[in-house]
Amino acid sequence: MNRRDFNQLLGMGTAGLLMPSLPVFSHAVSPEELVGNYMDVSAKKRLADAALNAAKSMGATYSDVRIGRYLNQFVLTRENKVQGIVNTVSYGVGIRVIVNGCWGFAAMANPKDEATVAKCAQTAVSIAKANARLQIEPVQLAPQKGYGEVSWKAPIRQNAFEVPIKEKVDLLLTANAAAMKNGVNFVNSVLFMVNEQKYFASTDGTYSDQDIHRIGPNFNVTAVDTQSGKFSTRNSLSSPMGMGYEYLQTSPADKVGGVTTRYNKGYNMLEDITSAAKQAKEKLTAKSVEAGKYDLVLDPSHLWLTIHESVGHPLELDRVLGYEANYAGTSFVTLDKLQSKNFAYGSKEVNLVDDKTQVGSLVAVGYDDEGVGTKKWDLVRDGVLVNYQAIRDQMHILGEKESHGCCYADNWSSVQFQRMPNVSLEAGKAPLSVENMIKDVKKGIYIIGDGSFSIDQQRYNFQFGGQLFYEIKDGQIAGMLKDVAYQANTREFWNSCAAVCDQSDYRLGGAFNDGKGQPAQSSAVSHGSATARFNGVNVINTARKI
Amino acid sequence: MAIILSEVEAKALLTKVLSYSKADECEVNLSGDVSGNIRYARNEVSTSGSRANQNLVVQSAFGKKVGTATVDEFDDASLEKVVRRAEELARLAPENPEYVSILGPQTYLKSNGYFDSTAKLTPDARADAVAKSLELTRAQNLTAAGFMEDTHGYQAMMNSKGLFAYYPSTNVNFSLTVRTADGKGSGYVIKGFSDVSKLDTAAATRIASQKAVASASAVALEPGKYTVILEPTAGTVLLENLFFALDARSADEGRSFLSKPGGKTKLGEKIVDPRVTIYSDPTNAELPASPWAGDGQAQQRLNWIEKGVVKNMAYSRYWAQKQGKTPVPFPNNVIMAGGTASLEDMIKSTARGILVTKLWYIRTEDPQTLLLTGLTRDGTFYIENGKIKHAVKNFRFNESPVIMLNNLETLGKPERVVSTESDSNYLIPPMKIREFTFSSLSDAV
Repeated sequence: MNRRDFNQLLGMGTAGLLMPSLPVFSHAVSPEELVGNYMDVSAKKRLADAALNAAKSMGATYSDVRIGRYLNQFVLTRENKVQGIVNTVSYGVGIRVIVNGCWGFAAMANPKDEATVAKCAQTAVSIAKANARLQIEPVQLAPQKGYGEVSWKAPIRQNAFEVPIKEKVDLLLTANAAAMKNGVNFVNSVLFMVNEQKYFASTDGTYSDQDIHRIGPNFNVTAVDTQSGKFSTRNSLSSPMGMGYEYLQTSPADKVGGVTTRYNKGYNMLEDITSAAKQAKEKLTAKSVEAGKYDLVLDPSHLWLTIHESVGHPLELDRVLGYEANYAGTSFVTLDKLQSKNFAYGSKEVNLVDDKTQVGSLVAVGYDDEGVGTKKWDLVRDGVLVNYQAIRDQMHILGEKESHGCCYADNWSSVQFQRMPNVSLEAGKAPLSVENMIKDVKKGIYIIGDGSFSIDQQRYNFQFGGQLFYEIKDGQIAGMLKDVAYQANTREFWNSCAAVCDQSDYRLGGAFNDGKGQPAQSSAVSHGSATARFNGVNVINTARKI
Repeated sequence: MAIILSEVEAKALLTKVLSYSKADECEVNLSGDVSGNIRYARNEVSTSGSRANQNLVVQSAFGKKVGTATVDEFDDASLEKVVRRAEELARLAPENPEYVSILGPQTYLKSNGYFDSTAKLTPDARADAVAKSLELTRAQNLTAAGFMEDTHGYQAMMNSKGLFAYYPSTNVNFSLTVRTADGKGSGYVIKGFSDVSKLDTAAATRIASQKAVASASAVALEPGKYTVILEPTAGTVLLENLFFALDARSADEGRSFLSKPGGKTKLGEKIVDPRVTIYSDPTNAELPASPWAGDGQAQQRLNWIEKGVVKNMAYSRYWAQKQGKTPVPFPNNVIMAGGTASLEDMIKSTARGILVTKLWYIRTEDPQTLLLTGLTRDGTFYIENGKIKHAVKNFRFNESPVIMLNNLETLGKPERVVSTESDSNYLIPPMKIREFTFSSLSDAV
């Protein structure tokens, strides 16, 4: 994940919540401009056809056009103050072509008419021609049928952009007041809302019009013990979701009880921040962990990030092939491991799936950014590696004829490439509650919420922190721990998976800002799981004296 | 209208925008930049493109009620509309108790960060630069993945109290990973310049290729505490976490590595080895930076850590006013003073140690101590009796830059480097550090 964006939106750090930077090319608008229809579908089709025809007439063997309008709203507060309310819109067109077997891409803001779009297509063609001289292998695209004129809309119940700002400000300031009342010294909170309105057209004959919504509530509370000079924090246990404002309206069915309340399809910020304030104070005097081997019981609010880094990224085929070698890195999961058909990625309890259709998830769409209908497929079945994530120009390498449909660009101005779909751990098939899982653990740590995260460039060695750590002794929660991080090797870790709780505990976690590519692009992605147990994992103590 | 405005054009545009203002105070920030890039992998170009961007931000205030609006189209109607919008938002906004009245005219240092050579780069010139790199790796049966991105642009601001500032700049960053055909060796190089004529992609490629070949037969060493020599590319990503944390408000609030028991801060205290001096200087010829901050404050040459002692922390204008201090803006560049030793000298004087050329995936474990974790990458070597003996497998580390700068052995000559974490450019010396903590091994190449 991209650290800067992550810090800005989620981690908040010691300096408090920073203002998220505006997306490239966006400009601020009034809230009213964030709702309603901005352009008729037929007008978008005319612009798209102008680009496709121009590209074809200049020798493109394939081209696609994305006309995108990207809306963001941020509401940021600290303690009893509103720090910022920002509404942004970014609108433009991105055109991709294949000429002489080589990709070319060009983009422009605020396209006014067919002639300017055609000129942009011409730029894409000339870039493809210039780069073709350095090309070794021509691009091979997996065939894709045209869907004709289609549309997809996220199944939200309440468009967050239609909710008055005042209501959002009140929610955050009320939550902040509750945190302060419960004894913390500082609190930052934020609501981040996204609406991607994406029109796609390609020379394959697909014209898709899609409306995507995402929401992310978050906070960070800090408790300071002035006398000792120590401080501790606790972040929200919310997850960003592919939902509307209904995510902030909870029913009892959305809650998971236990040592602290966690949330499923509805998040109660007031309740969570009240717990957080008490827990941040409790952390100040919690027992510092004794380093050693522990059985870990990992809540979905924590495990999503471990799945993301140790499964999602190494199984991206472009990384495996070396396309990301200079930045995000390559992968230990080389092609021979798939071809062997017996590479034990994890224990038999481990079933990992890719899914671009999961309702409420961050990546759910009807069609990807190169016109492929979305789907679900297996990555690891009964512990054995069975597939990667791949897009149209990579499928021939896997010997497959149809793309997985996981191509994405973070803006009209960015070129689309392979991005992670939701990668999730399937719940266990046998009935198993968290309580019963913990009962079996003699010496363990129960970890809730995501914290620090770091993994090597081939995804072998990782280290993760968390928000809340509870010691498990002889099947009982024995109290709060602090200074905990665990270090493991990806394959050893997943092979140490002893059990996964059942579907009733399955929840999504995720992030808005998964970074990849140069220039860097960010994408939002969800990862689902039920609570899972991993045996004999190395835990370190992170306390130091300076 | 061109995206990149001259000082005269920017002044005229800003004057026009301010003429529409009816607010008590109005401040306008203007910027434009054009960037081009080319990316390659598996020894061929994968993507390339260019972006142009212009932006104008109007901040209007009635008393302490503040509104901000932005526009990317600069015709008269759009400009007047954006001023009205900022004023409407200001009228609707709650009072911002942290608003501080805008500054009057300031005097700025002279700094030249704009080079025509960089501003005039063409897509063909970028492709030629990459072709020079690819020729070398293809000829040696090595695999290259690289990225080159250049930017030229300007920033300007003007306000209703008569402040005007303008700064044009250019930059090019070039990074390259070279891997051996069997995937057992990997080397890296990253270079950043304001003037692209200093960029030699062939020379850079030779460095990365040499590291790739030399790292191909890495041996596992036991994790533990080692003397390390951190090349500037490696050291920078640790040090910048310290630079980012030099904020006075966090320290005063008790939630920083600079906070102390009893609600005090470490300002004026020695926190690292007395040979450590970290400063900012917008006029530095090797690392020129804008001589003004985004709110118009002048950037001075300023010591943050002087001979190991915390000399300055960044105070926002609001926090300075509240604390009765002088405001200090966050710097636009950071430089760490060094010594005269070359990297070779530092290796020669090492009985047993590890040469670390790059660090990766740096994350904070504990903001209280700045404990960081991450891994070595793309070339890590064992030194014995003053010589590089062989490559070693990568390590995970858990270390704080504060502890590290207390365990300082030697500082070398600073050089301009690019952070692989933030893309920011710095001047950083190679550093020899004792007792650096490696906590586990990684099989990653």
